[in-house]
Amino acid sequence: MKKFNIFCISIISVLLLNINAKEVFIEPGPNEHERLQEAMILLQEGDILTIKSGYYSFEDGLSLDVSKVTVRGEGMDKTILDFKNQKSGAQGLLVTSNQVILENFSIMDAKGDALKVIGSKGISMLNLKTEWTGGPKSTNGAYGFYPVESEDVLIDGCVAIGASDAGIYVGQSKNIIVRNSVAQYNVAGIEIENSYYADVYDNLASHNTAGILVFDLPDLPQQGGHHIRVFDNQAIDNDTDNFAPEGNIVGEVPRGTGIIVMANSDVEIFNNVMSGNGTVNLSIVSYSDETDDKNYYPHPKKIQVHNNTYGPSGFDPDLETGDLAKALYEISAGDMPDIFWDGVVPLSQMILGQPKEERLVLNEEDTTSFLTISPIKYMLGFSSPIRTDIKEFEGKITPLESISIKTF
Amino acid sequence: MKKIFSYFFIFLYCSNLHSVNDNLILAESFPERLSEFEFFLDDSAQLPNDKVIPYELISTLFSDYSYKQRWVYVPSNKKAKYVENWVFDFPTGSALIKTFYYPVDERAPELGKQLLETRLLLRKESGWEAVSYAWNEEQNEAYKKIAGKTINTEWTDFMGEEKTVRYRVPNVNQCKECHDADDKISPIGPKARNINKEFDFKDGEFNQLVYWMNREIIDDYPMDLISPVDWTDETKDINDRVRSYLDVNCGHCHSPTGNANSTGLYLHLNETRDINLGIFKKPVATGRGSGGYKYSIVPGKPEESILLYRMESMDPGVMMPESGRALTHKEAVEMVRDWIYGL
Repeated sequence: MKKFNIFCISIISVLLLNINAKEVFIEPGPNEHERLQEAMILLQEGDILTIKSGYYSFEDGLSLDVSKVTVRGEGMDKTILDFKNQKSGAQGLLVTSNQVILENFSIMDAKGDALKVIGSKGISMLNLKTEWTGGPKSTNGAYGFYPVESEDVLIDGCVAIGASDAGIYVGQSKNIIVRNSVAQYNVAGIEIENSYYADVYDNLASHNTAGILVFDLPDLPQQGGHHIRVFDNQAIDNDTDNFAPEGNIVGEVPRGTGIIVMANSDVEIFNNVMSGNGTVNLSIVSYSDETDDKNYYPHPKKIQVHNNTYGPSGFDPDLETGDLAKALYEISAGDMPDIFWDGVVPLSQMILGQPKEERLVLNEEDTTSFLTISPIKYMLGFSSPIRTDIKEFEGKITPLESISIKTF
Repeated sequence: MKKIFSYFFIFLYCSNLHSVNDNLILAESFPERLSEFEFFLDDSAQLPNDKVIPYELISTLFSDYSYKQRWVYVPSNKKAKYVENWVFDFPTGSALIKTFYYPVDERAPELGKQLLETRLLLRKESGWEAVSYAWNEEQNEAYKKIAGKTINTEWTDFMGEEKTVRYRVPNVNQCKECHDADDKISPIGPKARNINKEFDFKDGEFNQLVYWMNREIIDDYPMDLISPVDWTDETKDINDRVRSYLDVNCGHCHSPTGNANSTGLYLHLNETRDINLGIFKKPVATGRGSGGYKYSIVPGKPEESILLYRMESMDPGVMMPESGRALTHKEAVEMVRDWIYGL
């Protein structure tokens, strides 16, 4: 069936192809920035721009604003776009058009974000690499892959290394697939923020501060992040000290976190391997800062967690960064769980209980350790306000629908 | 009589023989050379065609201390429509022309100037399009630069100090980044409120709106217009000066319809909510642009305010605006510093 789909897509693609479409080639050499930028501006719908293999060094950022085009290199280790001498432009490459395919090249050492995509309807990033080559440093750019306010976003077979915020970051977007990708030595490996309808699967997130983040933040045009599936990923050995510049929300994430869900609803986390995360494998928390945003819901709800594999965690909690690890360490008396839920719900629900359909569901092996705080007991000053029996949270899993994105 | 006749002849010559090339404004592609549009009777002297009317804005965008001359062209028998709180709705065939230059020495205008580029916004059938022409070394022609251009140059400032700059002519995409409103290119400057000031035209000093009405290039403007203040006017309220500066320098992107709307930081003149203006607003996707600070604006603490940090920075990964600036606008930074201090 999958093959048949691909066959159909190919046929449709051929039928829709502009008969005047042309292929343009750029080679390294004198004026390479001007030649490449001019070619990107002069592309027309249906065109393919090939950046031949080689090393390109740019002083200025690049941008693409033509829809229905392909920009490709000849391999992520063959076509290298190097921005370490960058003097202008807030990112390496900026894309602002629709139905764009980017594939087979690398963006190195951008001064700001490596690849930013704003407001695109249809953006495929295939077999690309973004890297800061000097190792984890707070002076590295914030994001490797950074689609924002976009729809039908595909990130497939990509590699993101060294971002001082998130290697792969999808913000305020809809219909998203992130798969077969590798995120290493970033603060956050993969982050889905203020977004709707995302599938994140078959990725490796390792040696970051935290592996995979599903976040929702206040005071933004799109909030209420929901319907996110995180499955078949490996969030392992996330052991890099947090090197985010202060002021950024990920700067508060403790080193050694596998997966974190914050303030989203309808999140399903299953079939992942979480292991080697020195603070905690899985953390489910509320947004804890004050906000006056009336439209913002700061608590996670309808979170389903099942069939994951948990390896060692909690053996090296990061008590220096943020409050989370420290609080968890104190409450658990050093016996750090695999899964932590902060237990924070609206006041009315603390008293009356959560609606059944909004409750956290945990269907995991009995050997999985768990800890949550009972806010009522905590507030009334009980000596042991915690709950650790994962069985109390067993329930029926209602699988979320898989995400399909428009192909082009 | 003879004299009058010859004046009349010159007038005819100017206004008719040298009319603007309307077809080129509407054409599908941009011509190679600026002179082909015939906006100017003398291009290198920047002497405009009679129908190409000079204008100024009350507060202007900082562009590395370059000077700017602006002109508007509206085709005969057409008028731009007044739109509340927005730029005039110019008819098809209109052009907005802006030349950037440095005087050789700010203390001695007679030493001349170096023309850098002339940017055009052309109102085609399908909407506005943007392009820039960079002046050649001989300063007698400007050539289309689709991919932009770097001009390493220098000038002497009012203090007699030699200034150098890596000036960037923007590429077509960068034009759009700032001139983007709801995914369409739009002019930024010529809102009625922004041109509501006196200007010394060749036929006398007039309010620009009055003059535009008399020249029949606009249909209307309101009598009770609330205009921004000139941010350089120190007799005005500092809050008004800062808001005016932020509006014209940041508000085109940092507004709900602009390119930076995903940040939630809105600096256009109509924004009234403290959090969206940056007061105790946390950064969202700022990365090292935060400089290690927690909020865009911390009242009373300019040294902890991200907004000021990014205005001062000359690092491309940190600085704001993202493009169009390579130097720090010291005077504006001082003003914004004072403003945050007093909040």
